[in-house]
Amino acid sequence: MGMTITEKILADHSEKKEVYPGELIFAKLDFILANDITGPLAIKEFEKIGAEKVFDSERIALIPDHSTPNKDIKSAMQSKMLRDFAKKHNIKYYYEVGRVGIEHALLPEEGLVLPGDCIIGADSHTCTYGALGAFSTGVGSTDFAYAMATGEIWFKVPESLKFVYYGKLPQWVTGKDLILQTIGYIGVDGARYKAMEFTGEVIRTLPMSDRLTICNMAIEAGAKNGIIEPDEITLEYVKGRAKRDYKFYKSDSDANYKEIYEWDVSKWEPVVAFPHLPSNVKPISSISKDIYIDQVYIGSCTNGRIEDLRIAAKILKGHKVHPDVRLIVTPATPRIYMEALKEGLIEIFLDAGASITPPSCGPCLGGHLGVLAEGERAVATTNRNFVGRMGHPKSEVYLANPAVAAASAILGRIAAPWEVEVKD
Amino acid sequence: MMVFRGFALKYGDNIDTDVIIPARYLNTTDPKELSEHCMEDLDLDFKNKVKEKNILVVGENFGCGSSREHAPIAIKASGVQCIIAKSFARIFYRNAINIGLPILEVPEAVDKINEGDEIEVDFDNGIVKNISTGEIFKTFPFPPLIQEIIKKGGLINFAKERIKGGK
Ligand code: SF4
Repeated sequence: MGMTITEKILADHSEKKEVYPGELIFAKLDFILANDITGPLAIKEFEKIGAEKVFDSERIALIPDHSTPNKDIKSAMQSKMLRDFAKKHNIKYYYEVGRVGIEHALLPEEGLVLPGDCIIGADSHTCTYGALGAFSTGVGSTDFAYAMATGEIWFKVPESLKFVYYGKLPQWVTGKDLILQTIGYIGVDGARYKAMEFTGEVIRTLPMSDRLTICNMAIEAGAKNGIIEPDEITLEYVKGRAKRDYKFYKSDSDANYKEIYEWDVSKWEPVVAFPHLPSNVKPISSISKDIYIDQVYIGSCTNGRIEDLRIAAKILKGHKVHPDVRLIVTPATPRIYMEALKEGLIEIFLDAGASITPPSCGPCLGGHLGVLAEGERAVATTNRNFVGRMGHPKSEVYLANPAVAAASAILGRIAAPWEVEVKD
Repeated sequence: MMVFRGFALKYGDNIDTDVIIPARYLNTTDPKELSEHCMEDLDLDFKNKVKEKNILVVGENFGCGSSREHAPIAIKASGVQCIIAKSFARIFYRNAINIGLPILEVPEAVDKINEGDEIEVDFDNGIVKNISTGEIFKTFPFPPLIQEIIKKGGLINFAKERIKGGK
């Protein structure tokens, strides 16, 4: 019996010839990460274990991206804990404010997470790196503490689901729409405990940015990991940046899948996920034109990459943000910020009347830099629209791609990209 | 032997970690402080209810969303003895095991338990008894590795021994 890419990576990392879904294994880890929310908790646990040093100071990233630049005294204390720990243990990849970006945008960009890796992160969207052909999954702080001490962690080998997309992707339909629509079909627990393997001719032509967006939201379907077989596009992406060796794994043709979904995307549209679940999706053309909004957020580990900002800028160019709307834009990393600056995107945003924040998770989790008030409504390019996600428990979040978000910012209501004149 | 007895407090499906402990309170790791705000966006009265009813009985996909371990910690610190769910989201499931918060997936029990029913949970054998109605439900016990982690009192103690053992 053949194995899936997920099973092969897990087998190799647990020194086994084969692994089976349901099997409990201990796997060696190539890279691990935590942030300023999950890290401090992990540090406390790490100290309880009594290990003198971390397993490898060059395979750990500590990333203060959630409440930074620090929003209040308590979060400053948490960041300090992370910083002090990083110094004490010589953690090579600690990123200080000014150099820090949103973890799941930063690490692929830095070439620290690579094809064939086995990775855990104390953050649920660690599944993002599956886009590079890695096994990567989110865990809690205790898991992270254990991994820091031992360089390994326990896993239950997941069953795999295969998602095949074919046809021709229509204009304005992005990786974000593919994954939202998929979650819409299978539900927020449709892939619970499982691996989601994305494939098909549509995926094969998608740039890395869209692939990262797709795998980023695997967790929103309850999955353990999302994964895409590496190919030429992957190679192109990692070539210049890889800081370690990497390995390409592929699924066998006789690998076992719990379920195979096949979709022709040629008639798909941009979609919007209504409150309060990412699965609550509606095609843009079916949405009434009177859902007025107070804020638009373009950013996050889902859609804060340069490609996303380019799409948003294309729509916003020569337009003004609606008088009743606050548009907040967050380039996900300093490098993306710099590129956006050089390409003139930042100027377009500022001309339109947007507010640009430093790279940070801030608004995405209702932390700071754009928290919603009671009764307010936002369109966001993020990944979660749970109750209270971006602020007051009685606020609402609508998830969309960057083009829909930008068009909505101009028109002051949920709007399709084709409702706005593109001025080149 | 882990046996819990108490009264049921019920909630629905897809209770996510943003509701269990909203991000605005994540600037601390103190269990007591976290427990002060546990579930408040869903039920402002949770803090009081849980004093009487400390066996949580919940629907599908409990704990979905973020990886914040603050969620099971807040629940544990609120005085919840154990959670019975139709199903748990995977990171919450891991976190609960790793911090020693007893959890069980027993779908049919969830439908048959009413809020306020008296419940007895035999964790080792995977048996849930609704004392108020006399009904008994069974589930699979945890696999050996997980049992070992729980028996040692969570992953940290498990790690201590593994490190001592030269692993
Ligand atoms: S941008 Fe949002 S989803 Fe991504 S890591 Fe930050 S808080 Fe989490």
